[in-house]
Amino acid sequence: MEKRVVITGMGIWSCLGKTLAEVRDSLYTGKSGILFSRERKEAGFRSALCAHVERPDLKPFIPRNQRQFMPEEAQYAYMATRSALENAKLDQNYIDKYEVGIIYGNDSAAEATMDALDKFREFKDTSACGSGAIFQSMNSTVTMNLACLFRLRGINLTASGACASGSHAIGLSYLLIRNGLQDCMICGGAQEANLYSVAAFDGIQSFSIRENEPAKASRPFDRDRDGLVPGGGAATIIIESYEHAVKRGAPILGEIVGWGFSGNGDHISTPNVAGPARSLELCLKNGNINPQQIGYVNAHATSTPIGDSREAKAIAQLFGGYKVPVTSTKSQTGHEMWMAGASELIYSVLMMKNDFIAGNINFENPDEETACLNIIPETRETHFDTFLSNSFGFGGTNSTLIVKNI
Amino acid sequence: MTRKEIVETVNSLLAEEFEVDSTLFTAGANVRETLSLDSLSLVDLVAIIQQTYKIKIPVTDLRTIQTFTNLYDYIETHLPENDK
Repeated sequence: MEKRVVITGMGIWSCLGKTLAEVRDSLYTGKSGILFSRERKEAGFRSALCAHVERPDLKPFIPRNQRQFMPEEAQYAYMATRSALENAKLDQNYIDKYEVGIIYGNDSAAEATMDALDKFREFKDTSACGSGAIFQSMNSTVTMNLACLFRLRGINLTASGACASGSHAIGLSYLLIRNGLQDCMICGGAQEANLYSVAAFDGIQSFSIRENEPAKASRPFDRDRDGLVPGGGAATIIIESYEHAVKRGAPILGEIVGWGFSGNGDHISTPNVAGPARSLELCLKNGNINPQQIGYVNAHATSTPIGDSREAKAIAQLFGGYKVPVTSTKSQTGHEMWMAGASELIYSVLMMKNDFIAGNINFENPDEETACLNIIPETRETHFDTFLSNSFGFGGTNSTLIVKNI
Repeated sequence: MTRKEIVETVNSLLAEEFEVDSTLFTAGANVRETLSLDSLSLVDLVAIIQQTYKIKIPVTDLRTIQTFTNLYDYIETHLPENDK
């Protein structure tokens, strides 16, 4: 028998805040987390815009010999996971007694890899890389670190699905619980925010160059959008079977009722309409949900000309005449990439629990293709009980999640 | 480079890297125990000495370095000619 899967904890480290309350307030007030980085400009970036993500100090929590294995993204993920476990009232004693698994989205470890190989090439000696280099420079660095730090004994896996990594991590975790293979999972997504991680991305001219107005640069669905703004951080959610959550008296924030996914089987960077549409369709079908039941869509829309218009068409195709409210929180955060599927689920749960939809800031005019959507430009106080969250990535990987209020 | 300069530089680097109070780095103290080095973090000791003094400590020599005095001695006797 399939089990119900509920969300019992959330934690985040983002440009909008480091606690759920801070993030909720930032969403409500339409704060932008974007700034102009002189360091990036001087380094040779075409676009020096990025999200401001503070580096955590892990010294009070983790001894040096374990911190040594943690690159920036693992540090963010540790802080987000600490908060999520606390939010779920899941302490180390419980984790030591019962099996808890982890699936986390991550798709790069660029700076750590570069640092290690720079030392290797300079000294022509592999030991110059240092002891942490191998553990820091693997894509699975987040899960390998968190599983050791929190002594997790369930599944231990990284999901690398480009900008849908975080969403796929949650979807896979949801499947394991629904099928009774795990009772409790830590899942989420992490994104390194250093300049080296996105230098090559800047090189293909995907970023907005509205450098004189950083807070207005990320403008998903707007007619004058000219590219994305890179962000970063980490977001963790704790999910469990409903029975498991009730048995241990956990707070229940919502229920994941559907996961859909698809591949475009098309161009490596240019999305199409059919792929995302099939992800949405499968998610609604798997969740046995009618489009009219969805009260809010958190779009993937990154502020790129083609990506946003293709997603707009896919959403319009699925929802037909029903003008579901749509926003992209990337208007405030920039594109949190490997983290985005998880952070945007948290942003949407915060809205659902606090009765508002955060406005899609900088949405001033639709273009011909985005005009088909009901995009909410300013924060609206409203109640909704079910939302859908999209995440799409390079290579044509798509993931969609639906969450219901409890 | 004088012995005093070597001791001061090494102590400062090790205190920062391994987060241990340098007042514990007495001449006869055991390096591995004082710095809480395990098989992995021992690599970081080798890397620091290599990056600072361009001295590569082979594994066979590493076994002979037990105390801080042994470490300072090793660096002093293996410094490249133009750094002495």
